[in-house]
Amino acid sequence: MARDPQLDALNPKVTRRSFLKACTAAAAALGLADEAVPRLVEAAASPARPPVVWLHFQECTGCSEALLRASHPDIARLILDLVSLDYHETVMAAAGHQAEAALADTLKRHEGRFICVVEGGIPTKDGGVYCRIGGRTAMEILADVAPRSAAVIAIGNCAAFGGIQAARPNPTGAVGVRDLVADHSVVNVPGCPPNPVSFLGTVLHYLTFKRLPPTDHLGRPLFAYGRKIHDHCERRAHFDEGRFAEAFGDANHRRGYCLYKTGCKGPETYNSCPAVRFNDVGAWPVGVGHGCIGCSEPGFWDTMTPFYERLPGVAVPQGRGTVAAADRIGKGVFTVAAAAAGIHAAIGVGRKIWRSRSGGGEG
Amino acid sequence: MAKRIVVDPVTRIEGHLRIDAEVAGGRVRKAWSSGQMWRGIEVILQGRDPRDAWLFTQRICGVCTTVHAITSVRAVENALGLEVPINAQYIRNLVLALHALHDHIVHFYTLSALDWVDVVAALKADPARTAALAQGLSDWPNNGKSRFKAVKEKVQALVESGQLGPFAHGYWGHPAMTLPPEANLMAVSHYLEALDYQRKATQALGILGGKNPHVQNLAVGGVATAINPDNEATLNMDRLYQVRQLLEEVRAFVHQVYLPDVIAVGALYKDWLAHGAGVMNYLAVPDMPLDTAGTRFDLPGGTLFDGDLSTARAFKGFQDPYFRDNVAESIAHSWYEGDWTRHPFEEETVPHYTDFQDEGKYSWVKAPRFQGRPMQVGPLAQVLVGYALNHEPTRRYVDDALARVGTLAKTRVVPAALHSTPGRHLARAIRTAVISDLAVKHWELLVANIGRGDYAICNPPAFPLGEQRGFGFHEAPRGALSHWIVIRDGQIRNYQCVVPSTWNAGPRDGKGQPGPYEAALVGNPVADPERPLEVLRTIHSFDPCIACAVHMLDPSGRETVRVRVL
Ligand code: SF4
Ligand code: SF4
Repeated sequence: MARDPQLDALNPKVTRRSFLKACTAAAAALGLADEAVPRLVEAAASPARPPVVWLHFQECTGCSEALLRASHPDIARLILDLVSLDYHETVMAAAGHQAEAALADTLKRHEGRFICVVEGGIPTKDGGVYCRIGGRTAMEILADVAPRSAAVIAIGNCAAFGGIQAARPNPTGAVGVRDLVADHSVVNVPGCPPNPVSFLGTVLHYLTFKRLPPTDHLGRPLFAYGRKIHDHCERRAHFDEGRFAEAFGDANHRRGYCLYKTGCKGPETYNSCPAVRFNDVGAWPVGVGHGCIGCSEPGFWDTMTPFYERLPGVAVPQGRGTVAAADRIGKGVFTVAAAAAGIHAAIGVGRKIWRSRSGGGEG
Repeated sequence: MAKRIVVDPVTRIEGHLRIDAEVAGGRVRKAWSSGQMWRGIEVILQGRDPRDAWLFTQRICGVCTTVHAITSVRAVENALGLEVPINAQYIRNLVLALHALHDHIVHFYTLSALDWVDVVAALKADPARTAALAQGLSDWPNNGKSRFKAVKEKVQALVESGQLGPFAHGYWGHPAMTLPPEANLMAVSHYLEALDYQRKATQALGILGGKNPHVQNLAVGGVATAINPDNEATLNMDRLYQVRQLLEEVRAFVHQVYLPDVIAVGALYKDWLAHGAGVMNYLAVPDMPLDTAGTRFDLPGGTLFDGDLSTARAFKGFQDPYFRDNVAESIAHSWYEGDWTRHPFEEETVPHYTDFQDEGKYSWVKAPRFQGRPMQVGPLAQVLVGYALNHEPTRRYVDDALARVGTLAKTRVVPAALHSTPGRHLARAIRTAVISDLAVKHWELLVANIGRGDYAICNPPAFPLGEQRGFGFHEAPRGALSHWIVIRDGQIRNYQCVVPSTWNAGPRDGKGQPGPYEAALVGNPVADPERPLEVLRTIHSFDPCIACAVHMLDPSGRETVRVRVL
C-alpha cells in the first residue's frame, strides 16, 4: 500500500510540478487567459498535504508510540510526505505559546479541512480539571477543535471508549469522544494501543477515497474490526480439538495449544491481530503464548478481568459444554454502558461536527 | 525587573507538564514544575486481582510501557516471596534492554535534538563538508555526501511546501542555536535514520513480547513467552536469531551514530557543560538480574550524595532494606489534602485541587525523598553511581567519551562536567552503549540455558489469606522506578508507584527543598524570554514523562475548583 503511485503523488514536490502542468493544460483547454493559471494552481495544490491536528488528553502516549513503530508507511513518510502534522505535542518542535499558535493557525487556515485525531480519554467530572493543556480543559479543547475539522479519528481504547481511566470506579469521569461529540460518524480505532496498521489504513482510506471507511455499530472500521480474534487464531484448530494449555510453560503451552484456559479473551474480541500481527515481525500476543485481553472492546478493563480467568459463556469442545461460571467476569458490561450514557446526557456538549457525511461511516 | 515565563504545554514529552520560571538579568532565578493531568489508575487498581496489576500499570505510560509492567510483577513476586525461572529473568532483561535502546534513541533524536539543532539552518550546509565532518566522527556507512544531499533536498521541499508540519513554530534562528550548518544537516539526517533504528529495537522486542508498545508476555512468576526449539509456534532458534540480528543492527547505530552525535553536540556546546546541574544527590537501582532471586546484577545501583563519588553506597538486591526503608513522599506542595511525608505503604491520598500557588500547592506530582533528601534519577544517576561503584563498562565508556569531547572541544573535560544539561545526554548515550553490549550477553545467556534443555518460564503464584506487602524496582530509562503493593486475601488493597519523573519533576517538599527540575533551571541562561529555548533544553535533558508522575486520587472529598485560564 505504501508504494502506491497515487500516494507518491502526494509528495509536495511531485504535486507542485504535476499540478502546474495539469493546470496549464486545463487553462488552455478552457480558453482562459494565462493570468488564470496561478489561481488554478493555488486552488488545486493547496493544501498540498492534509493538515492533521492530534490532540492528547488522558492517555499514556502508547498510541503515538505505536505509530513510531509503523512501517506501512513509516513515520517519516507519514509526517513528511503524506500529511502535515501541524499539532502533536509529542513530536512538535514548538512549545508553550508557540505550540498554541501552531494550533490556532491550523484551525484558522484549514477550517473544515483538517483531520482531527484524538488520543486519550476526556475527564468530565468537576468541570474536567483533571486534564488541562495551556490552561484549557480537554473538554473545552475538544469542543473547540472537533466541530471545525473535516473528520475525527479516535485512536485507541481511551479516545474511543474512555479506556483505562474509565475503569471502575472511573475517578475522573473519563469518557470517549463519541460520548461528547454527538455524531456517530466519528471513527473509532480502538486497541491498547491499536495496531498502527488499523490507524494508518483509516487515514490512507480517507486520503485516497476522500471518505472514512465503513464501520460497525461501535464505529470501528470493518476492515480491521470485522472479525473475532478467535475466528482467525492460529491456535483455533487446537481449541476445536479440545487441546488446551493449562498453565504458562506446561507441556501443552510449549506445543502451542489453545490459551483459552489461561484466560484468552479471543472468543469475544473483534480485531485483526492474528491476521495483521505486530511490528512487522509476525508476532502477536497469542502467538507468543499470552492470551488476548480484549483490548479493542469497550469497557474491557472491567468486562474482561480477571485476565487470567476463563471467559464465561464459551462453548468448550470435547464434551465439556459451555463454561457458565460468570462469577466475577462479564457483569460489568451493563454498568459501563449505562455510566457512559448517563454522562453523555448530563454534559450535552454534543454537537454535530460533520459538514456533510460525504459517504463516511456507512456501516 | 524579574519576568515570569510560563511554558504550558511543555511539548516533546509524554504527559502534560507546565514549567514556570522567574527570569532576571538573562538568567532563571526561581522555577516551578507542575504536573497537569491526573488519571487515578492506582485507585482503579484497588480490589483487583494482583496478577492483573501489571497490565494496568503498564498503561500508566505508553513510553515507559515495559518498565511499569516489569516493576509491577516484581512487586507482587516480592510480596509473595516468589522467585522466577532464570529463563524468565533473561527474557525480561532482554525486553527491558531493548526497550531502553528504543527509548533513548527516540529521546535524543525525536524529543530533544530540536532544542540544539536548527532544521532550517541545515539548508545552508554543503553536503560534501557535512560528509567530511560526519566521517571524522564515525565510519557509519550512511555518512556519505549523496545521503546528506538527499536529506537537504527533503528539507528544502518541506520548507518550500509552506507546511512545516511538526517543525512549524520551532525556535529556528534562535541566538542560542550555534551549531555550524554542516552539524545541523548531519543531525537532521541522523534524526531521520533514528526513526528506522528505534523501530528495529521494537521489532526485536515484539518477537519476545508479542507486541509493542505494551508487551503482552509477562506474568506474575515469570513470562508467558513459550520456549521450545522443536516447535514453530514458540520461541525457537529462528526467532532468537531474528532478535539477535536486529539487536546487532541497533547496537551498531548506537555506537556509530548516537554516541558520536552526543559527543559532538557536547563539544560544540561546551559552554553548556556549566549549566543545569541542580540536585546532585543521585539514586539508581540495580538491574539485569543474573539469578532467580535478584541478588546478583549486571547493572549496579545505589545512592550518592552532594556529587561526591566517595559517598556511594550500593543496593544489594530485590530485598534490600536500605532501599525499602528510606523512601517517602511529601505532599506539602501537591494538590492533596494535608501536609505529610509518608512511606509508600502508608500513603493515603485525598485530592484537594486549588489554583497554582507559588508558595503553596501547585502540582499533581508528589515530592519523593530518600532519607529526606531530593534525589536526581535517570541515566546521569545510573552512570555516576556505576562510575563510583567501579562498574567496569561504565568507567570505560565514560572515560572514553569524555576524552573524545575534550579532543573535539580542545579542552580537558573531567567527570564533574557530567553534572550538567549536556551531561545528562552524554550519560544517556553512554548508558545506551553499555546496555547494547549487555543485551548481547543476555541473549547468549538465554540461548546457552535453553541449550541445556531448560524451558521453564513461569512459577505460578499462590495468594494466601491475610496481608502481604511487597515492593519491586527497576532501573527504567528515565531512572529508578518502584512499585509498592499491599495485598489482602488475594486482592489489591493499596498500590503506589514512586516513579522516575516524580523524583525529578516533583515540587518543593515540606522543608522547601526544590525538586531536580526546579533546581536545575536556576542559573540557566535565557536569551529571549518570548522563546525560552534554554528552559526546554534543560527540562528535556531529564527526559520528562509526566503521566506516570501523577498519583492516585481518592474519589471522595474532592473540591471542585475551575482552573483559571492563564
Ligand atoms: S481461545 Fe484464544 S488462543 Fe484459543 S483459539 Fe481462541 S483466540 Fe486462539
Ligand atoms: S490480541 Fe487481543 S489484547 Fe492483544 S492486541 Fe489483539 S485485541 Fe488487543
